[in-house]
Amino acid sequence: MADLKIRDLKKGFEGHAVIKGIDLDVNDREFVVFVGPSGCGKSTLLRLIAGLEEVTSGTISLDERDITDESPARRDLAMVFQTYALYPHMTVRKNMSFALDLAKVGKQEVESKVNEAARILELGPLLERKPKQLSGGQRQRVAIGRAIVRNPKIFLFDEPLSNLDAALRVQMRLELARLHKELKATMIYVTHDQVEAMTLADKVVVLSAGRIEQVGSPLELYHHPANLFVAGFIGTPKMGFLKGTISRADASGCEVELEAGCRIILPRAAEASAVGTPVTLGIRPEHIGVTDAGAGSFDVTADVSERLGSDTFCHVRTTSGEPLTIRIPGDFRDVYGECLGLTLDADRCHLFDAEGQAIRPLMRQAA
Amino acid sequence: MTTSTIKTATTPAPAQPRQRKRRIGPGWFLVSPSVALLLIWMIVPLGMTLYFSTIRYNLLYPGENEFVGLENFTFFLTDPGFFPGAINTLLLVGSVLFISVVLGVLISALLEAADFGGRGVVRVLLISPFFIMPTVSALVWKNLIFHPVSGILAAVWRFFGAQPVDWLAQHPLLSIIIIVSWQWLPFAILILMTAMQSLDQEQKEAARLDGAGPIAIFWHLTLPHLARPIAVVIMIETIFLLSLFAEIFTTTSGGPGYASTNLAYLIYNQALLQFDVGMASAGGLIAVVIANIAAIFLIRMIGKNLTDQ
Repeated sequence: MADLKIRDLKKGFEGHAVIKGIDLDVNDREFVVFVGPSGCGKSTLLRLIAGLEEVTSGTISLDERDITDESPARRDLAMVFQTYALYPHMTVRKNMSFALDLAKVGKQEVESKVNEAARILELGPLLERKPKQLSGGQRQRVAIGRAIVRNPKIFLFDEPLSNLDAALRVQMRLELARLHKELKATMIYVTHDQVEAMTLADKVVVLSAGRIEQVGSPLELYHHPANLFVAGFIGTPKMGFLKGTISRADASGCEVELEAGCRIILPRAAEASAVGTPVTLGIRPEHIGVTDAGAGSFDVTADVSERLGSDTFCHVRTTSGEPLTIRIPGDFRDVYGECLGLTLDADRCHLFDAEGQAIRPLMRQAA
Repeated sequence: MTTSTIKTATTPAPAQPRQRKRRIGPGWFLVSPSVALLLIWMIVPLGMTLYFSTIRYNLLYPGENEFVGLENFTFFLTDPGFFPGAINTLLLVGSVLFISVVLGVLISALLEAADFGGRGVVRVLLISPFFIMPTVSALVWKNLIFHPVSGILAAVWRFFGAQPVDWLAQHPLLSIIIIVSWQWLPFAILILMTAMQSLDQEQKEAARLDGAGPIAIFWHLTLPHLARPIAVVIMIETIFLLSLFAEIFTTTSGGPGYASTNLAYLIYNQALLQFDVGMASAGGLIAVVIANIAAIFLIRMIGKNLTDQ
């Protein structure tokens, strides 16, 4: 069992608040990813859980046991660091057995645990090497092995893949996902890379400026972002935002008048009094259609296009100067400087109020 | 792949074959004055020492400079001062190395761990003895600290009602070891402190998570990390301590008897007090041999350590 409960956790450095009150549950066998821009406090939150930083206020408990003031070694957690933090003068075997040796575990048990971890991570032939004789990916695996032998309740990963090159990162990402399933482990993973967050997580925690913006499964965050921040953070290329005002509202939906020069009816509940309030309409690049100039809802000027083979990302600018990205499958001729017409998929649009909070669609509220 | 390319880029290996090809190029011509100067500077004194060591050459008996073979060496090696001098040299080098490395590690570890105001001032104070001239510090120790009448230690002894110790007369070698350690400890601290700051913080945190306490971290992480700087300290200190002279000259003058005479002082004694240049030259060559034996061991030990990491 490994149920981590964080209640009203706060952390300040010399009066400067970094973590501003966090409530979070991590359930057994969950893969939880903390994601957010740099400086949002995600690493600090992980270090608070690990016990490497002292909590200013609030509690952390693991399986009903309060570990807020427990020493890092007695929390039943293991951490994998960004720089791996392998002990450079010890062999791979000694690196992995260090914690067990310190805990005075019997020789045979240490031997079998290290060998088991080496088998899982395919480190067998490397056990007698020193860290400097290993490649980046191998060092990463040793760091994970060091965590595995301790059989912790929760694995903590602090941006573990950011020091690897792109190809290796993809491979290690898959290995981590496989490891999570094989070990049936609970893992908390910090990253600034939303692709890692989306592909690995059971539960994504989006952090910004020391607060949780939204917690949910990757697809939940993708399809139903709770606010502008999450909407802009999750998804590549980024969601496009168009400013507008509500021009008509009734029970069947509301009509938004966009500055880009069109009216669009969205299935959103809004009070009649909401008419005239400014809103932001969010639309993902894949939900925009391209037609000839004048034939769509509104016209835009095309900027450069990025061709990836499977898709083309066409960057455009609306008449009100707002940038949009459109995802077009397959080939797309270069249309730089030309005028294009766009259509928006009204069912797939997101609507945010002046505070940046999402206005939920009608069907979802009914359900 | 990447490491091998980096290695070849940093080592001068690829440059060597090119140099070999145009040996008599302008480069060789341009460096020749400095090389020649260095060679002359080295070879002339060495040759003269070799020559003097094989002739009778006493300034008190000018004109009698006949060839005597290895007689000077025999005399130097059988001199009553040689054996104590050799032992004292080893004791001096060994104890000062031991004291400066052990205390140096402990003090720099303490300084690294403790977080207090004025740490910068303490650091400067710890390093300052190194900047004082050896003769000056030896005289300060002799007259202000060790002196049996006016020294601080004598005052302390008297305060507790004890008979003050005449340090330089009763414990001459120990006194010199203390003085020299005081001078060289700052050097060790300087090197070790900077090395300690380069220890990866994440390694320490990983060790904390692994259940290592401060002592285990010191033993399993800090000390291995310091292996190389300690080797550097040992090597450099050995070079300077083998030829230690000023401290002995200004305090005990090698006495009483041969109690604080080391080889360097013995050679000085032969050349400038007994005016026997021939025997002093022989002693100098013997000292060179001893220093080289020490150097071979050191370079074996340290060279391995330096390339190993």
